[in-house]
Amino acid sequence: MSKLSLFALQVLVAVVVLALWQLFSTVPLFGKILLPPFFFSNPVDVFAQIASWFASGVIWKHLAITLWESILAFVIGSAAGIMVGFWFARQPLVAAVFDPYVKMVNALPRVVLAPIFTLWLGLGIWSKVALGVTLVFFIVFFNVYQGVREVSHTVLNNGRMLGMSERQLMRHVYWPSALSWMFSSLHTSVGFAVVGAVVGEYLGSAAGLGYLIQQAEGVFDVAGVFAGMFVLSAFVLLIDMGVTLVERRLLVWRPAPADGRG
Amino acid sequence: MNEKTPTAVALDDATVAFRLGDGRVYTAVERANLAVAPGEFVAIVGPTGCGKSTLLNVAAGLLKPAGGGVRIFDRELNGLNRDAGYLFQADALFPWKTALDNVAIGLEIAGTPRSEALTGAHKWLASVGLAHFGNRYPHMLSGGQRKRVGLAQVLIRNPKILLMDEPFGPLDAQTRQVMGNLLLDLWNADRKAVLFVTHDLEEAIALADRVVIMSAGPSARIIGDWKVTLARPRDIFETRLRPQFHDLHKEIWSVLKGEVMKGYVQSAQAAEAG
Repeated sequence: MSKLSLFALQVLVAVVVLALWQLFSTVPLFGKILLPPFFFSNPVDVFAQIASWFASGVIWKHLAITLWESILAFVIGSAAGIMVGFWFARQPLVAAVFDPYVKMVNALPRVVLAPIFTLWLGLGIWSKVALGVTLVFFIVFFNVYQGVREVSHTVLNNGRMLGMSERQLMRHVYWPSALSWMFSSLHTSVGFAVVGAVVGEYLGSAAGLGYLIQQAEGVFDVAGVFAGMFVLSAFVLLIDMGVTLVERRLLVWRPAPADGRG
Repeated sequence: MNEKTPTAVALDDATVAFRLGDGRVYTAVERANLAVAPGEFVAIVGPTGCGKSTLLNVAAGLLKPAGGGVRIFDRELNGLNRDAGYLFQADALFPWKTALDNVAIGLEIAGTPRSEALTGAHKWLASVGLAHFGNRYPHMLSGGQRKRVGLAQVLIRNPKILLMDEPFGPLDAQTRQVMGNLLLDLWNADRKAVLFVTHDLEEAIALADRVVIMSAGPSARIIGDWKVTLARPRDIFETRLRPQFHDLHKEIWSVLKGEVMKGYVQSAQAAEAG
């Protein structure tokens, strides 16, 4: 199937779903409206809401805040994950001692931490960043830990026989291996950075996409909730595309993954 | 052991043993004595699992012998063997580096400026026949091409000793012969001491000056040592057709055959017992 006809089919799905949604929420069938507007709104209202957000420019502020929170969460979480991952992988004793605690914290649903972070860090961006960091950290940490430990024995011995010192092994063998594992989970960790930001905003904030959705929900503005969701998905899709571009540049040395992603 | 002539690699009663998970000690190689003279090409042949690779790791300093010692140019080896280049059986290239960078790294870590290292790497890639493959990553190369890069990676450092662990094992029969000829050509240029491990007797005779046979493990020993007097420089394709080659092959095989069969029986018993 050509790319164009595939794209046409993909668009068709959206058109059909939106048309059915509009139909069932506005035209009575057998004397009854299947999707009551109070609960389901309708596509026209939703897009009118999105258009008005962009027309008035109010959306940009929220998008910028959410983006900024996501970036901070990703950068801080990744940096911490890389450092701790390396440290644990190189110091098996430390890893063994902390193992149950790492598992415990990781098993905790991160949402329950949100109130604590709000209490500690206030309603500003930092409580959301903190939530995102707790999500990103563990993904990066586990991948880097794995990446350092699973360096091929042969490659390592080859480095040694070529005369590498411990520091050179770090730079030429452990580091690239760990980074490749981290990059292979880039989609997930970036996605979680956004999740952390939006959930944090939803639970208590004064700005951001999560705040927008929460506000709309608070006044039963279903069109506003859907509009927020659409903007959010478009936002995440764009970020994901960016990640794919970055990944393609950084992982050229890798054989194409079997699932064809990236 | 002849103490008069200098040796590049000497194993003196080297015993290799591993502690198994259940506390028992498994002796892989027992009291191996072997001397490789400078410029000599020695092949070690033995049945699967006889510990030939283990012996190579001992000579590389990657593994400490449980008993006996290793001398490199008549000095006791402590830690890694810095005079040796090691060509591994499995893929050992750095997958995140291009072929060119993989070759250049050997010089770079020794402190050679990058531009100079790259010039050297270009030259070495050309001499293994990969002049135009410098910007490929290992996964974009075939198995044989990766071995060529590996050879360049090791040789660019100009080691005095070359240790090779079934380097052409994973390759198909034709590629192996081509690689064997390439190796002989490169070796002919400066005649390093080579210790070449293989399970392929024909390959061993075609390449080496001396063929050493090991018995089946555990507690494998060196049980035979033959000089190969075939004329050099050799071409593997032609050498294999010589009557002298056949006679030698027959002679060594008569000894090796028994060990190969023993090796199979023992691994079958081990599988039953385990």
